[in-house]
Amino acid sequence: MTSLVATVDLPLRVKLAMYFRMFALQGSWNYETLNGTGVGFSIEPALRLLPGGVNGEAYRAALARESRYFNAHPYLAGVAVGALTRAELDGVDATRIERFRTALAGPLGSVGDRLVWASWLPFCSLVAIGVFGAGGSALAVVGTFLLLYNAGHFLLRAWGLRIGLLRGLSVASALGNPVLRQGPVYIGCAAALVGGIALPLALQRIVGPGRAVIGGIIAAAFVGILLLAVLRERAEGWRIALGVLAVFVLYSLLT
Amino acid sequence: MSLLEALPIALLGALLGLDVVSFPQAMISRPIIAATAAGAFIGNPPGGLLIGVVLEMIALDTLPFGASRYPEWGSAGVVGGALFADQTAGMPGALPACLLAALLTASISGWSMVVLRRMIAGRLARTRDRLEAGSRDALLSLHLSGMSLDLLRGGLVTIIAMLIFAPLVKAIVAVWGSESAASHAVVVVIAATVGGAALWKVFHSVRHVLWFFLAGLVVWAGLQLPR
Repeated sequence: MTSLVATVDLPLRVKLAMYFRMFALQGSWNYETLNGTGVGFSIEPALRLLPGGVNGEAYRAALARESRYFNAHPYLAGVAVGALTRAELDGVDATRIERFRTALAGPLGSVGDRLVWASWLPFCSLVAIGVFGAGGSALAVVGTFLLLYNAGHFLLRAWGLRIGLLRGLSVASALGNPVLRQGPVYIGCAAALVGGIALPLALQRIVGPGRAVIGGIIAAAFVGILLLAVLRERAEGWRIALGVLAVFVLYSLLT
Repeated sequence: MSLLEALPIALLGALLGLDVVSFPQAMISRPIIAATAAGAFIGNPPGGLLIGVVLEMIALDTLPFGASRYPEWGSAGVVGGALFADQTAGMPGALPACLLAALLTASISGWSMVVLRRMIAGRLARTRDRLEAGSRDALLSLHLSGMSLDLLRGGLVTIIAMLIFAPLVKAIVAVWGSESAASHAVVVVIAATVGGAALWKVFHSVRHVLWFFLAGLVVWAGLQLPR
């Protein structure tokens, strides 16, 4: 197959359009195609470079193909968006592109979930809770969380798109990047350390100064944590919180 | 709270509800941000921040993995923050009552997201032929309508929750029976329990993680000594 534009770098405006569209990747998320239509939406500006433009047969076939079922972590979907763009513009065979889409979806989902939802997000939350516990103002807490979290978020999306465009269908090896493989372990350790400091500090600030109950609260919380840890897969903590709180509110209204 | 007073809060709820999944997922929808922003709207950012921190600890339990169903914290954070920031300082029942309202909103709003995703799937089914033909218009229409509906969903959830819970919370706070310290302690124990258990759930497989947490506790204890 003839390479159409991959030998020439994509225009900056096209890359920027793809990057910004990726922030809306899940705009039409649904239980049938998951974020497949979002991938089509993000790739679309680059597909206009195919022969015939938006009215060409190549454009229509590629857009239909790229809007089918796909599942990936939204921040790491850029890896797929970049690689698939490169493949489409390189004129790679449609069957090969579809096989690649199927193969890439699983790893991009699990790696992204571990790195972002299960590591980076809780870590940033705990840092913000720590800033609150240390007496930080509303602006300091909000600013710390948003700047810290989105530094990682924006960079990860940009890295994904860049590496995908650069490597095309050979992008799978990029998932072996040490940040993606070892990052969750280091971030997890850092989150645990920060959590040990931040949670009791925040509890102290909520309860208020001069209260001698903080020791009792921490002890009660430890017992609760042990109970929830035992129930791990059988109960959702937030639902239990809702139930206990509803009972407490009823009790306080009736006494 | 009148409809006119609730409208700016609903707009904030709509924008932050949109952030949860559709756009831009910058986590401005996390309760610690959403509740503080709502508190600032009411003129009491510290009040919004306080309930935001409590909600954030509870929200750590429901991270948005894959296609799992979870509570929607953006609109719920706005509702909780706006309600709590509007209460007179020092009222013992304010924090538990507002927290309960926020958790109920999160639950209902999570369900509304499921309904929305089904609606989008319905639209997808109706435009499948055009999408399979590579129609740009069909794709853009599906995508942009999905985002618009999500914006509308967040706004509607917020305004309905505010109109129901604002008078209800005021009534609960007025007849609250438990004393202030006990009320705060119960809320704090609930938040710490759920937050701590959530951290264990997420990080228990990481080697030596418990030692890092204990080291953090030792640092915290060390910080208490000069006080």
